[in-house]
Amino acid sequence: MSLIDSVSLPRSIRLPRIDGLVQWIVPLAIIAIWQVASVTGFVPTRVLPAPSDVVLAGWKLLLSGELVRNIWVSFWRASIGFLIGGSIGFAFGLANGLSQLSAKLTDTTLQMVRNVPHLALIPLVILWFGIDESAKLFLVALGVFFPIYLNTLHGIRTVDPQLIEMGRIYGMTDGELFRRVIFPGALPSIFVGIRFALGIMWLTLIVAETIAASSGLGYMAMQAREFMLIDVVVLSILIYALLGKLADSASRVLERLTLAWHPAFQKR
Amino acid sequence: MQTALRISLPETELASRANFAPHARVVREERPTTTAGLPLSIRGLRKSFGDNEVLRGIDLHIPAGQFVAIVGKSGCGKSTLLRLIAGLEKIDAGSISFGQDIQPEDIRVMFQEPRLLPWARVLANVEVGLGRDRASGDAHARAEKALTEVGLADKREQWPSVLSGGQKQRVALGRALVSRPRVLAFDEPLGALDALTRISMQRLLERVWRDQGFTAILVTHDVAEAVALADRVLVIEEGRIAHDVTVNAARPRQRGSAELAGLEGSILSHLLSADDRT
Repeated sequence: MSLIDSVSLPRSIRLPRIDGLVQWIVPLAIIAIWQVASVTGFVPTRVLPAPSDVVLAGWKLLLSGELVRNIWVSFWRASIGFLIGGSIGFAFGLANGLSQLSAKLTDTTLQMVRNVPHLALIPLVILWFGIDESAKLFLVALGVFFPIYLNTLHGIRTVDPQLIEMGRIYGMTDGELFRRVIFPGALPSIFVGIRFALGIMWLTLIVAETIAASSGLGYMAMQAREFMLIDVVVLSILIYALLGKLADSASRVLERLTLAWHPAFQKR
Repeated sequence: MQTALRISLPETELASRANFAPHARVVREERPTTTAGLPLSIRGLRKSFGDNEVLRGIDLHIPAGQFVAIVGKSGCGKSTLLRLIAGLEKIDAGSISFGQDIQPEDIRVMFQEPRLLPWARVLANVEVGLGRDRASGDAHARAEKALTEVGLADKREQWPSVLSGGQKQRVALGRALVSRPRVLAFDEPLGALDALTRISMQRLLERVWRDQGFTAILVTHDVAEAVALADRVLVIEEGRIAHDVTVNAARPRQRGSAELAGLEGSILSHLLSADDRT
């Protein structure tokens, strides 16, 4: 999940019109094989329901409004948690990247906290917050915090010192220097952090919703398991995959818009 | 007339230099477009980094508008001298004076690396050179004019990453020229370019220097480049000026002429004999 692998693919395949479709060939082929395997009885439907059954289950849930409600709840938790954790991580990354004092004061502490797997806090979080919204938001925010913090910090620390000297020679104020040199220079690294964070965001949310929730996609899957509704379980997993892909695509679009200057994003 | 300006440099000396003449902006606006260079007087200049004494007492006068090249072996202190003149390092002892109050925009440096902002278009990179005048209404026009001077007007909307090494260095030159500096310091500006691009860049440097009349100080490894461009070549050895050679050849100069080749040979032999002694 680095900048490099996100950009090398579209450039190596030089067929822009087909490009958008190529990436869907493998997922569609897998679904087709899966359907055939289920229909022929090669895979028992008790183990894995046919894709058509999953779609049917999805349709029923969609009609009852349950699907939309659960997706909305999960989406809301993910976004708010991401915003909270991401903003705090970004703020600390900025502060510690720009100020030696701030870095000395907080970096060691943050590095220690980082080494605790945040999902290990679930029992504690349940004791603190019960199973209401704040528990999920707390966990997502905590998970998202570190990749954004680390990559923002790294991005700012690695801005070319020669460019900073140039900015000073040409009389940039501190504000201008940040806006015109430091922040744009750190942006590619910040995006790497965002994409890592998006992955961690879904992972955290799934686990939290499976263990302690009364709504959301994870809860829907756990409920379905209780009633042996395997098609709904599979549906939930597929929706997670789609949402994850969607979040990643959104961050790529943003990357393309803001990093147009980067040689890797230029169409030649 | 010569109100010697002692630059004793606290840490953010660029900022402090701006404070020397808070009212001088009015004067700047009345300056004609072809600005004359500033004279430069250096007295007893010393600089150490830790225990390493890099400059051991430099005394030097450069008349306004002169093109001076500084040559010497690696580590002889020539780049340090240039950085002190440009105000990028703090002076330990001695003084550098420009004979009058100066503005930060009056002195510009060009480095071996172009140091362009990769995320700014070519024109915006040139505008950076305007310093505090960036916000003024004619910033665009001035940047475009500077870009035309270096022959890159058609690249104004490009990203720096698509330019060749020579083109990037020309943008850097445009950025240095846009504020109409009165002293231009070059720190190996052509060191990273291929031989042909070097020659065309040397011609460009000579042309803009003759057009604009700034005082030019060029640090270089290349003695041929020094004699081709400069009125005067200083050879620095172990932190002191060891030789001061005047180049009288007519301009524009013929590269490879016997006169220049002879001078180049004698300067090289100075440099090499210093090598033998150590």
